[in-house]
Amino acid sequence: MAANDVTVSAPPRVGFRLPVGGAALSRGAVTLWLTVIVLIPLAAVVEHSLQDGIGEFWEAITEPEAIAAIRLTLISSLIIVAINATMGTLIAWVLVRDEFRGKGIVNSLIDLPFALPTIVAGLTLLALYGPKSPIGANVAYTKFAIGLALLFVTLPFVVRAVQPVLIEVDREMEEAAASLGASRSRIFRSILIPNLTPAIVAGCALAFARAIGEYGSLVLITGNIPFDTQVASVYIFGRIESDAPTSAAAVSVLLLVLSVVVLLAMNLIARWSSRHARG
Amino acid sequence: MHAASLSKVQRYGLRFVALGYLAALLLVPIAIVFVRTFEDGLGPPLEAITSPDGQHAFWLTLVCVGIAVPLNTVFGVVAALVLVRQKFRGKAILNTIIDLPFAISPVVIGLALLLVYGRNGWIGQDLIDAGIQVIFSTPGMVLATIFVSLPFVVRETMPVLQEIGNEQEQAASTLGASGWQTFWRITLPSIRWGVAYGVVLATARALGEYGAVSVVAGRISGETETLPLFVENEFTNFNLAGAYAAAIVLALLALVVLFSMNLLKRKETET
Repeated sequence: MAANDVTVSAPPRVGFRLPVGGAALSRGAVTLWLTVIVLIPLAAVVEHSLQDGIGEFWEAITEPEAIAAIRLTLISSLIIVAINATMGTLIAWVLVRDEFRGKGIVNSLIDLPFALPTIVAGLTLLALYGPKSPIGANVAYTKFAIGLALLFVTLPFVVRAVQPVLIEVDREMEEAAASLGASRSRIFRSILIPNLTPAIVAGCALAFARAIGEYGSLVLITGNIPFDTQVASVYIFGRIESDAPTSAAAVSVLLLVLSVVVLLAMNLIARWSSRHARG
Repeated sequence: MHAASLSKVQRYGLRFVALGYLAALLLVPIAIVFVRTFEDGLGPPLEAITSPDGQHAFWLTLVCVGIAVPLNTVFGVVAALVLVRQKFRGKAILNTIIDLPFAISPVVIGLALLLVYGRNGWIGQDLIDAGIQVIFSTPGMVLATIFVSLPFVVRETMPVLQEIGNEQEQAASTLGASGWQTFWRITLPSIRWGVAYGVVLATARALGEYGAVSVVAGRISGETETLPLFVENEFTNFNLAGAYAAAIVLALLALVVLFSMNLLKRKETET
């Protein structure tokens, strides 16, 4: 019994430890799960892409059809990110600073692309912008369709990144500037934009990472024509189907590296801006 | 007053552009699908989703979600506790790895599983010899679903955990509560809305996953077809009624998700 008294009067543990066997076990379990589910499969892709040597790898990613697909993916992703930066910020502004009836509903609609399955997204876009378009705007199987689908699935990123920052931005700062005679465009340039930039960049990075890997929403609407509307993910899928997994793996590694770079860059920006905010 | 810094015309202009963009991109396309689905009455869409293939797709979708989401919920809560409450080397790396499923193309995820569990994969042949078929079968589709929905619960739980701090937990353990008691009575109740929000997001992603599942499924109608694959299959077979009907089912589920997201956000800010 005396031993029990000792444990009760022991100083409180610093930090909460998980039940069942403590910190090391839980840490191990998390690492194991991540390794089995995520890391081992990804390692298999990297290994497979290099199994015939670096020469084969290079050949796989420099094949004309692969280059065309990768170029199309990068260019269309950059274009839609630019549109997102503008439209996303504008929508966020309207949702934060404007007042109108039904704003709450519009606000919750922003998340719809996250909730709606990508294949359904493609199908719905095809209904308005496909061959049976009621407004005669048929862009199916063109590059324009790629842009539409990517804009649909990436819509929430910039809006949701900018919104909370816009709420926090000190309106008094803007009002002070206005009372000191600053023009509206001056306020926009010198106060709003610098305050919002980290959020816009973070939203854009997420949108870009999503866009370069997007597949489901593009399947139905782009027609997947090689050298024309075939993006990288569709190209990879085609390689898998035609039983060329090594070539599929090589292009996959390229996409993988790109997304990891974007992810790391975003983490750096996040760390930089939080330090910036504190200091 | 903010109105002072922006004229009425400009404000209406911005509002018009923002709402017009949302209408053209989201609302009108979805409305058209709804109209087209029901333009010949309830019969055709109902027939399509109650067909044996349609029903099977629905059940298989539920199986994938039913396995993937609970597993990721347990993993998510434990991982969030580990990442927020523990200090160890390699924490930043672990933190980054958790985000990987967000950043990787679904097709690459499918390929990755194929290269481990497929016939020519790392352990595929051994598994087949042992009588376990992963690729072109339900286990592969479940694995794909787990992969893509992995980060949500962790990401939604971590900030809540950071915010609540651990004073209450320390107080509980000083008063003699065991680890389990502290977890069930103190930690879990205070993070529950965050966890629930993550579960909703994970469910939405798991329900709708197309790319990764499509690679490992091999698309055998009535066998390895989830609802999103069913939509695509019906569409490419020129059965628009079926494609639209299944799409509507998925869209309605998405609306339920959206509604729960709003509800949970409100709960989270209330507490």
